[in-house]
Amino acid sequence: MDNKIKKVDLIFEKVDYLDILEKSFKRTQDEIILDVIDSGLRGRGGAGFPTGLKWKFAKNEEADQKYVICNADEGEPGTFKDREILTQSPEKVLAGMALCGMATGASKGYIYLRGEYNFLLPSLSATINKFHEDLKELNFDFTIEINSGSGAYVCGEETALMESMEGKRGEPRNKPPFPTSSGYLGKPTSINNVETLVFALMIAKEGPTKFKEMGTFDSRGSKVFSVSGDTPTAGIFELELGMSLENFVNEFGDGDTKAVQIGGAAGFCVSRKDFKDTVIGFEGIPTGGSMMLFNSTRSMFNILKDYLEFFEEESCGQCTPCRVGCQQLLKGIEAVKKGVKPPAYLDELQKLSETMKLASKCGLGQSAPNPFNSIINNFREEIIY
Amino acid sequence: MTNIEELVKEQAEVHGKERKNLMPILQAVLRSERYISEEAMVAIAKELDISTADVYGTASFYTFMDTKPKGKNVIRVCKTITCHMKGKDAVIGALEDLLKIKLGENTSDGKFSLLQANCLGWCHKGPVMLINDEVYPEVTPESAVEVIQEYLKQK
Repeated sequence: MDNKIKKVDLIFEKVDYLDILEKSFKRTQDEIILDVIDSGLRGRGGAGFPTGLKWKFAKNEEADQKYVICNADEGEPGTFKDREILTQSPEKVLAGMALCGMATGASKGYIYLRGEYNFLLPSLSATINKFHEDLKELNFDFTIEINSGSGAYVCGEETALMESMEGKRGEPRNKPPFPTSSGYLGKPTSINNVETLVFALMIAKEGPTKFKEMGTFDSRGSKVFSVSGDTPTAGIFELELGMSLENFVNEFGDGDTKAVQIGGAAGFCVSRKDFKDTVIGFEGIPTGGSMMLFNSTRSMFNILKDYLEFFEEESCGQCTPCRVGCQQLLKGIEAVKKGVKPPAYLDELQKLSETMKLASKCGLGQSAPNPFNSIINNFREEIIY
Repeated sequence: MTNIEELVKEQAEVHGKERKNLMPILQAVLRSERYISEEAMVAIAKELDISTADVYGTASFYTFMDTKPKGKNVIRVCKTITCHMKGKDAVIGALEDLLKIKLGENTSDGKFSLLQANCLGWCHKGPVMLINDEVYPEVTPESAVEVIQEYLKQK
């Protein structure tokens, strides 16, 4: 709990990725998957599903074709680590995909790259071409293509992403079936975040123990954090999981931090009084990497308004609780601010947010209430006056 | 055959005529035309043998796929919180003054469109703007104006 900040270098470390693949290809699928399960690695995109289990489900499916998808639709406000990983260590991402392909029995991989990162296309394509040559030398049949997004946050949701890859509107599907049984084009698909794939590769290299020994029981290993906002040291940092927010703020704050938004717009706002008791990890507040710091000069009303405008625009509009809910939360806080509605109206809105959490179809509508409730609960007076 | 129809036909050959290839075809039209016109949508529907409504439904879903005419250079300034805190409003103000248009409008010579966008993924280096696919992190009102002046000189 009182863990100090520990910097780690697994994601950006230069490694002989072909050597890792060559050795891994000599092992069985089950051995690779068991190592990933044993390491305790959970998805690094935000949702935190155990990666090894995902791979096992996909492996156990019988199908003529299976797919691997690398989710590089990094749209969460405050997150920019996947762009950095794809810039600095693209080979490791590709090797992680090939490893996942080997372990699950897929011969085709796709990178779904958000349209905002189109400037990465030339270099990434060149890296993929070279990687295909490398794989030929290892006699491993696996090819990777890039699919581009076109500016839709909701496509980071795995099934919306697959709809988009199929040439449709990026509207999330009902689950089940889960992608590991029916994913892209209805085939078993393992979809993983950029960072997760690199960790899987590093676990194949080092064995599960080193990874497992870092972090806490619920949050093994390390994580790349995207630090922004009121901080003198904005940027990318790989840190051991399970630290307290207080230690994080001591390292990255500007001395006047009043609140930290953990996990992006869809995450939670923690105020100063709770820094000490908040753990960054799956047992506390998880994050896909986004850590936005705010100091006492910032208006929490403006911050909440910004997040709600984001969700109102990015809601795909498919289900009512999310489409109407996001809109009403935004209109509601503006009305309270202007005095058109009484402060008690915020309680009504909090009831609405409960409905959104229960009834929305995907993570977008279910998590839009997170910043709303945590900011209202911590900074109610700033919303009203 | 018009230019657009030719472009669509060519792209359908390159990417394939299945529904799953709709996005890359739309994106190719976008790169060339900066927006998806009605003519393009009809041509794509014909090539892929799907309804025009399906093409429109997909195109209109994505923020970057404009279905109204856009300038040759589309400027998108990130408006999400950290860029907001670091002064994106001043950057937009400077660009509005320079281009003599308001946010959301095109210049009359068709060279520029000025838009806002949700998080562009450069929160540690805000404010950030995209011009077409090029990214410009840590812009100030002055440096943003200089960038646009370079574009004005070139084209």
